[in-house]
Amino acid sequence: MLNNSPDIGIIILDFSYLVAAILFVIGLKLLSKPESARTGNLWAAAGMLLAMATTLLLHRDVHGNGIPVQNILVILLVIAAGTVAGWIMARKIRMTAMPQMVSFFNATGGAASGLVALMEYGNPDNSSMLVTLLGMTIGNIAFSGSIIAYGKLDGKVKDWFSPVMKYINLLMLLLTLALIIILMLSENRGSSANVLVYLLFAVALVYGVLFVMPIGGADMPVVISLLNSLTGIAAAMAGFIYNNQAMILGGILVGAAGTILTVLMCRAMNRSLLNVIIGAFGAGAAAAGEKTTGTIREISQGDAGILLNYSQQVVIIPGYGLAAAQAQHVCSELDKLLTDRGVEVKYAIHPVAGRMPGHMNVLLAEAHVPYEKLVEMDHINPDMPNVDVAVVIGANDVVNPAALNDPSAPIYGMPIIHAHEAKNIIVIKRGMGKGYAAIENELFFHEKTRMLFGNAKDVLQKLVAEIKSME
Amino acid sequence: MENILEFIYSFRQEIFIIILAVFLGMEVISNVPSVLHTPLMSGANAISGVIIIGGIILLGHADMSKISAPLILGIIAIFFATLNVAGGFVVTDRMLEMFKKRKKSSN
Repeated sequence: MLNNSPDIGIIILDFSYLVAAILFVIGLKLLSKPESARTGNLWAAAGMLLAMATTLLLHRDVHGNGIPVQNILVILLVIAAGTVAGWIMARKIRMTAMPQMVSFFNATGGAASGLVALMEYGNPDNSSMLVTLLGMTIGNIAFSGSIIAYGKLDGKVKDWFSPVMKYINLLMLLLTLALIIILMLSENRGSSANVLVYLLFAVALVYGVLFVMPIGGADMPVVISLLNSLTGIAAAMAGFIYNNQAMILGGILVGAAGTILTVLMCRAMNRSLLNVIIGAFGAGAAAAGEKTTGTIREISQGDAGILLNYSQQVVIIPGYGLAAAQAQHVCSELDKLLTDRGVEVKYAIHPVAGRMPGHMNVLLAEAHVPYEKLVEMDHINPDMPNVDVAVVIGANDVVNPAALNDPSAPIYGMPIIHAHEAKNIIVIKRGMGKGYAAIENELFFHEKTRMLFGNAKDVLQKLVAEIKSME
Repeated sequence: MENILEFIYSFRQEIFIIILAVFLGMEVISNVPSVLHTPLMSGANAISGVIIIGGIILLGHADMSKISAPLILGIIAIFFATLNVAGGFVVTDRMLEMFKKRKKSSN
């Protein structure tokens, strides 16, 4: 370290990192309240812009050299290209494809961390090897994991589960840790000539793929928030390399936020994180749930229309099927139509409905459903017995009463929306396929339940037409 | 053992920051209504693009006179990080804009 008298530029730079960190904290705080969320996002963005600008202008390496003008120009060019590309993607993406988009952006952040750490590994001035290796490993896992998550959400990658995966993944994890330890103990650590570092780079990428591969369906919200948290931690690790407080604080904040979301999602399914990662859901499910039998009762569009039209209170319970069929707009149309006729319409939102945390909220927001109408599970359940009709649209496990009364069911103990307590239940479903947990849903066989088979969008459109024709 | 202690000592300030940041993060995010889960995740995701600072430092001090690994990978890293930052904040804003519009129309 040079022992110069404190340079005014460095003081300003450090101070700007402090301000950026404060802006991140304020931004996240505001983001957690509906009224202020949008402002919060802008504050956080301002913090990022500030840290980027001051780094570009004021950063000095350990030898006291600033960033040369030509480097600044190249960096600005790359940033401009990235901003335009990111902007266009973020603007063009359909709202229904939002989970994919978030995963994709998370992947890019992870990749950047992995690459920066890899390059810093060979830097002779870098004295923090452990965090460098951890940053690279975690960043790469977050990158390849998020790409697989992106592929799954986009329907390009299928879930692939085999009981052996558990052991392979455990082995991969051990291999990753072993490589980090060997690299830390090796003679020529910190030399880019050490091929083991590239092996670690590759192993981390493969591990990310294998780790997300078996997880799917209803577990996606957990994985996505977990990957999000990993990207934050990777950025924080890289922050150690540069002793950069803005990076450390920003990264850890994201890590903590992601962890909280992950825990929330796990709790909403009454499963441990380990259980989700190992993917025991798919495995244990086959044994249970064979005993539910009964008669499936269908209902005609006309009868369903009449039932809804003459109800006082209707609760719509959306699931992934609503998103898959892109039926949010027609759903909102049905809601408006019924509301105009004096029916009280609400939506019951399960925390893990859909493929990412809050998926249903975003989807319905796009269709201009006022968010006062979206009621969280715990708040709507006490009212369910007073509800005339519960309309289940493309949801399955989150309304399965087996979670309450069948200790042998794999989802036993998972909090559910008490659709079965409503006076009537209409289930809109493509077919008699099982939910993600691969078990029968006794709700569908309930004497109060009527099934409307078909694509959610088509069914709802016909239903809207039917109700419109009634005076 | 001595190495570990040395390591902890050399990072005492950062470890301090981390521990406080974890508590801060927990405090700031807890009790988030589910309506904000996605925007919060996506906004936090954009903040994790703070790795762009690392990319700027890396590329900023890279030798521009010849094509080298830090140059190429630095460019890729900054491009990716910018996608994360710009895309993340814009997509979050777009989501939250919908929430806002909706609120107005319902009032």
